[in-house]
Amino acid sequence: MYDGGKIITGLVVFVGLVTFPLWSNVGKAAKKPDPKIDTPVIQQLAEKKCIEPKAFMQAEHMKILNDWRDSVVRDGNKLYVSSSGKTFNMSLQNECMNCHSNKKQFCDECHNYTDVKPYCWTCHIEPKEKEKVAWASIEENS
Amino acid sequence: MRLLLPLIAVLALTLIAYAGVSGAGMNYLFGVFIPYAAFLIFLIGFIRRVVQWGRSPVPFRIPATCGQEKSLPWVKRNRFDNPFTTGEVIIRMLLEVFLFRSLFRNTKVDLREGPILRYGSAKWLWLGALAFHYSFLTILVRHLRFFTEPIPFFVKWAETLDGILQVGVPAFYQTDMVILAAVAYLFLRRVFVPQLRYISLANDYFPLFLILAIALSGILMRYFFKTNIVGVKELTMGLVTFSPKIPEGIGVIFYIHLFLVSTLFAYFPFSKLMHLGGVFLSPTRNLANNNRAVRHINPWNYPVKVHTYEEYEDEFREHMKEAGLPVEKE
Repeated sequence: MYDGGKIITGLVVFVGLVTFPLWSNVGKAAKKPDPKIDTPVIQQLAEKKCIEPKAFMQAEHMKILNDWRDSVVRDGNKLYVSSSGKTFNMSLQNECMNCHSNKKQFCDECHNYTDVKPYCWTCHIEPKEKEKVAWASIEENS
Repeated sequence: MRLLLPLIAVLALTLIAYAGVSGAGMNYLFGVFIPYAAFLIFLIGFIRRVVQWGRSPVPFRIPATCGQEKSLPWVKRNRFDNPFTTGEVIIRMLLEVFLFRSLFRNTKVDLREGPILRYGSAKWLWLGALAFHYSFLTILVRHLRFFTEPIPFFVKWAETLDGILQVGVPAFYQTDMVILAAVAYLFLRRVFVPQLRYISLANDYFPLFLILAIALSGILMRYFFKTNIVGVKELTMGLVTFSPKIPEGIGVIFYIHLFLVSTLFAYFPFSKLMHLGGVFLSPTRNLANNNRAVRHINPWNYPVKVHTYEEYEDEFREHMKEAGLPVEKE
């Protein structure tokens, strides 16, 4: 091979780059996300159902939230009629997070896994969860 | 035909993936076996191709020169368009690889009535190529979010920057639109410019259609049909950690996307797409123009068998003397 040193160096760099996902994951157990739906409010529900069927919510929840935002902020329409005919408040904080109060174990599980950064919380205030409550109480006590 | 055949091929590939997964339920074949096979073909084929190139001797410096070469001291020379040292070659190569300098130099000719022959600069190809390649790179980096856990910082940056307009949900990526526009341009110029249509072959159209189909299936999957993205990442993480599994509930659109990408990978080493490696190995770019200053010896020169006059005379001296021919040594 002519100029073998340079070409082989180039090939080694190339192989290193394209196999990055293979070697960078060695020894790391990929943890499957496990969103929890066992909040106190949900456990007290007679019928443990979200506003729409689970599969639909999994695929389209972001679109629903986006539509709700537009509907409430631009049109002032705050009521959502689901496919089963029930009426819900179009409110992330008072409707969604009322049941799913565990943002860290529910929202963040999948969002972090797939690197999705929803910008809900640039306007809305994140729910205070156990860790944060503990910090706040420490500050109050001191 | 040169245009239609690749189009039919890409449509057929889509149908194969659709029928294979949706009809025959061969999820494991399309989700695990074919991607692995495609990646292996890509890796081995790429190395084989580059080694083949490396074995071709380049006995003489043949850089494409686009400026004044190094000459007498008072002649102003062009360092990067006619490099003399390795350093200048490296800068020339960087400009070529990252900014497509040779496309920037693209010109067009047209013949007007008169007759007047006009030459003008034509930057559209350069712009389209730049938009296409950088979009593709960004998309490739973005996709690493499915192949790493935890996700490295540069992947997060790529995603944030790409979706910085925060339009809609799931956040709209600019590169999705740019790559579609760029591929469409690169395709349409082959169709509408007569000279280009004349030289375009099936293997020019096929990668364009394939990449267009990949981009479209990806866009459909992200914004319209939706698929179980957590399941998708479980599948891809299974692939890269060599513990493949097929999670439930992944839509067929994902398998179509994956099959088309696998096709692209497997096709890569045998196609013009090898310009990825080829740009680094083009002797018209990566050699310094120093033929006049440095002696380059042809690598396939072998010792030539010669018979000198001295040896000739030693062999035939007696006969020469007999015939009365003059000899140098008695």
